[in-house]
Amino acid sequence: MSETLHAISVEVNGKPRSAQVPARLSLVDWLREDLYLTGTHIGCEHGICGACSVMLDGEPVRSCLMYAVQANGHRVTTVEGLAKPDGSLSVLQDSFCEAHGLQCGYCTPGMLIASQGLLNSNPNPSEAQIRDAIGGTLCRCTGYQQIVEAVQLAAERMAKEAK
Amino acid sequence: MLATHGESVKLIAGGQSLVPMMAMRLVRPAWLVDINEIPELKFVKIEKDFVRIGACTRQCVVERDAALAAKAPLLAQALSWVGHVQTRNRGTVGGSLAHADPCAELPLVAQVLGARMLLRSASGKRVLEADKFFSGPMATSARPDECLEEIQWPAWSWRHTGSAFTEISVRHGDFAMVAAAAQVAIDGDGRCVRAAFGLGGVGGTPLAFPKIAARLVGTRLDDAVVKEAANAAAAESEPGSDVHASAEYRRHLAGVLAARALQEARERARSVQ
Repeated sequence: MSETLHAISVEVNGKPRSAQVPARLSLVDWLREDLYLTGTHIGCEHGICGACSVMLDGEPVRSCLMYAVQANGHRVTTVEGLAKPDGSLSVLQDSFCEAHGLQCGYCTPGMLIASQGLLNSNPNPSEAQIRDAIGGTLCRCTGYQQIVEAVQLAAERMAKEAK
Repeated sequence: MLATHGESVKLIAGGQSLVPMMAMRLVRPAWLVDINEIPELKFVKIEKDFVRIGACTRQCVVERDAALAAKAPLLAQALSWVGHVQTRNRGTVGGSLAHADPCAELPLVAQVLGARMLLRSASGKRVLEADKFFSGPMATSARPDECLEEIQWPAWSWRHTGSAFTEISVRHGDFAMVAAAAQVAIDGDGRCVRAAFGLGGVGGTPLAFPKIAARLVGTRLDDAVVKEAANAAAAESEPGSDVHASAEYRRHLAGVLAARALQEARERARSVQ
């Protein structure tokens, strides 16, 4: 059975992307399967685990709970888009390495998007605010402590860089 | 679309409840009608006696609106318990109400404040009070051809008004086992002039207790009076049992949380300068 295709234009990590997609295609499947942006992970596929988080117009959302057609005309930033333009790690990404904010890495794209979203609106968050921001992303390895420390480290480093 | 295809169509707003239900094949709509790009459904307007919110307004927008929080504080208080940042960035106010989960926070606030739902269909408009709108677990009195367009949240004009929201869940952001919301107003002498409170998760719909709340008017809202009202409400509630909590435990929580919400609301009302 051939499905009706819909034309979409989405800015993904700063680049305009156009595609013809079926209405049922989820945003995360489009990003991974068609654009090969496999940094965004699929976990539970029903909005619980947070591994699929991306920024939509600068705000973290779950890409498994959106259809690709709904991103038409919007801006999407995936974990790949957090890196510096030359491809090197961002301050936050490097802080996750430095503070051992990951083990298996499955939740890491979700954690990075959630914490970057927090730091964008609140450059100096308290521990409680960090825990609240990453509360929608499940990690089964770290016990969260090092992730919180990684975000704190990133906030310190960004404050120093800004001076 | 709604008039032609009836129950085989679902409106999709934020999709934070509908898409998980579709992923689990609990609902299988033949059609989805996306209302996200309709700007007329996204607004917050503050009137003298109430606040108007467009049905497709994102929860994060309401949560961050300081003027709205001053006028209807219970809404912002409840939203801090709704899901997580990622779901509030996408989830809508109207979507949560139309989904009508008996444990959900916004339907409880709608019941406690007596919110009015404006429904529109191809054949016209009508208004339903919250207690007529919620008809059962995940069920409302909206017809399949109707779209929730706007919600009006009454604002209280008494200077000394306080409100509070609290709940118990396994983890913050999870579905509540039991939730409680309260709003009280007191006069200059500390006597209650109006009270409203309700419980979520202990019945087929969120429950408000207007008759019990009316008994608080004229009192000083002392702890004993508050606890008696909370226990009366808990006794009227009809909680169920599941893997997370027994009915007995939920009824116990209902009494404790209703009292806590009323006490916190009272303290906030008293602290208004």
